[in-house]
Amino acid sequence: MIEVFVSSLLNGVVYGLLLFMLSSGLTLIFSMMGVLNIAHAGVFMLGAYITYQIGKYAGFWVALMLAPVLCGLIGAAIERYGLRFVPNRKSHVPEILFTFGLLYLIEELVVMIWGRNPIPATVPEALDFPLFTLFGTSYPAYKAFMMAVSIGMFVSLYVALKRTRIGLVIQAALTHPQMVAALGHNVPSVYVLVFALGSALAGLAGAIGGFTWLTAPTLAFTVGPIVFVIVIVGGLGSLAGALIASMLIGILQTFAVVVDYSLRDLFAALGVTVSASSPLYELYSIKVAQTAPVIPYLLLVLMLIVRPRGLLGTRDA
Amino acid sequence: MNDGSPTTVPPTALIGVQLRWWEKYKFWLIAAALLVVLPHIPGLSSGYGRSLLSQMGITAVFALSFNLLLGQTGLLSFGHAVYFGLGAYAAIHLLRAVNGGLPIPIPLVPLAGAAAGLVFGIIFGSVTTKKAGTIFALITLGVVELVYAASFMLHGIFGGDEGVSANRTGGPRLLGLTFGPQIQIYYVIAFWAFVSAVLMYAFMRTPVGRLCNAVRDNPERAEFIGYNPQRVRFIVFAVAGMFAGLAGGLLAINYEIVSAESVGALRSAQVLLAAYIGGIGHFIGPIIGAAVLVWLQVNLSDYTSAWLLYFGLFFMAVVLFAPGGLAGLIMMHAPIVRTRAFWGVLASYAVALVPAAIMLVGAVLLIEMNYRLSTQPELGARMKLFWVDLDAATPWPWVTAVVLLAAGFYVFRKTWRFVAAAWTRALDEAKARFAGGTSP
Repeated sequence: MIEVFVSSLLNGVVYGLLLFMLSSGLTLIFSMMGVLNIAHAGVFMLGAYITYQIGKYAGFWVALMLAPVLCGLIGAAIERYGLRFVPNRKSHVPEILFTFGLLYLIEELVVMIWGRNPIPATVPEALDFPLFTLFGTSYPAYKAFMMAVSIGMFVSLYVALKRTRIGLVIQAALTHPQMVAALGHNVPSVYVLVFALGSALAGLAGAIGGFTWLTAPTLAFTVGPIVFVIVIVGGLGSLAGALIASMLIGILQTFAVVVDYSLRDLFAALGVTVSASSPLYELYSIKVAQTAPVIPYLLLVLMLIVRPRGLLGTRDA
Repeated sequence: MNDGSPTTVPPTALIGVQLRWWEKYKFWLIAAALLVVLPHIPGLSSGYGRSLLSQMGITAVFALSFNLLLGQTGLLSFGHAVYFGLGAYAAIHLLRAVNGGLPIPIPLVPLAGAAAGLVFGIIFGSVTTKKAGTIFALITLGVVELVYAASFMLHGIFGGDEGVSANRTGGPRLLGLTFGPQIQIYYVIAFWAFVSAVLMYAFMRTPVGRLCNAVRDNPERAEFIGYNPQRVRFIVFAVAGMFAGLAGGLLAINYEIVSAESVGALRSAQVLLAAYIGGIGHFIGPIIGAAVLVWLQVNLSDYTSAWLLYFGLFFMAVVLFAPGGLAGLIMMHAPIVRTRAFWGVLASYAVALVPAAIMLVGAVLLIEMNYRLSTQPELGARMKLFWVDLDAATPWPWVTAVVLLAAGFYVFRKTWRFVAAAWTRALDEAKARFAGGTSP
């Protein structure tokens, strides 16, 4: 029992941190610019594909360095040559639609370059060794590496935004763009910078964790919705909230998978027998393990009923 | 959404002039006549044409219901297919019951879809409409994923991968109709499409409908004059859910099978694309968009596997350059259509069209060759595009495509001047007429 618990906890934490890496870039862009970048998961997918492609020729470490840079450049281009020209930006709806269309285009671009079939992206060889052994099962090094990178990312991002000059300028540019411009800062280029940074984080997440999922052109549509759930549950634009929400979802989902009980078993334990003829029988027989894919969305609905602003949200956008 | 374009221009009744009833409702009368005649005109009178028209009718109702949210209330939903799909499931289960002997005529079966859409609109709407704007969009995305994932757990209701099927001919006869032939189902769909279009148009003319526009344009002011924006959003959400459910019910009797993809995110994205491309600022926009989407889906997908890419590019072009959609582009010409300079505008379009077409040919060549090499390598590099045999393994087709694209774009940019000049002339003439007092 304890070994299932410990290994589930470790896996859940890794999964949660990976989700956090994915959502941190989105949260950053959202909190700084108010733009919900639907294409974020697409950039993440590009990161995974680029890492695979470069890794084939130059090795994993070079790919790990280059993928975020390339994704950052792509993000900068999206802001500079696309988003900036979207008409009627006040209502934010055209912006969302623009990034939504972009997600389609990125997906088709990936199909065009790499084809529709999944690519054989696997654990990088450099990290493919057991780090330590616990209860007879070994813990792979790449999971520890994922943890280290995402924690390092959280800390440096937090410090950069809250404790440095450029972080202050970025924060001020969201709420008082005219004032910041009057003080001599180039506000449009701040936006480009933020978008590039957020996209680079997505690229990094793709480089480190892309292979955890099946690396196929549908990847963006698989992970996208979960990331958006994290952003709402954590509270809009709150980096710490996104971290907590990611961990919560990661751990809950991982634990749910190993629970092989259903409501029917609970009823049986309470002395109530449910037969196939009783109403909602099908609902009672769903095993907890089967519900794992629904958990993030159930959490979202619950959160909206109990606390609409999210865990650490400060404003009711 | 506030894009400045006038929303649903009412048939303006000039003050003091009494319009006769057929003048007042002439658009609706024309629409009804069109719906009756369309499946009999050559080209559409085949089984293929009628099933195309049926699909267009279903998608049009769905897109119109979606536009109650996006165009009229400013609510961007990524999960409108939930109500469409659940409506379709309700209708197909009723159809099964009818097959089992329940005496309900087939044309009334879609109403079960409307009821389900309304019920689920009320249930989910009470949660999702707590927020507007970006958050609302995210929440609807969560709800659609929730329902889609849940649909694979409840096998008895949703039928898993195979879906649920029934037989529309197994019901009681009504006026001797079997509802087997496509033409009979087309008229059922056309009838409900017409009724729901009228009802949605009328809904927007009620005080609640007007409040939707107020909530879209300025929620604070709506709140200050004593209305709760959240309540308004909730009401319109439930109504939109009801009409989406009706569209789903029509889908159920048209295809006689409903599967999980009709509640999914992809279907939701499709209706968003249809409504936006058609134009969310005009009542007729989503109908145009639905017709274009269905036509492209049916026709383009036969010729190319890249049709989603073309559709995505088209959508992006609309978002960036024509936020009013196709309907907006058409309505833009309303003030100048009676001027003499209008012919000049048309001529300038014809001039601009040539380089634009060349540019498009170049782009299509590039995309098609790319797709062939990356997604269907087993078919080889030899292919036939625009009635020309070419070999994508050699550099020449690629060079040609790039040259066509670049040259076309360069000349196209140059022609914009003509178009702008012709427009200025036409607008000046229209203004002069208006100032001169001559009736248009």
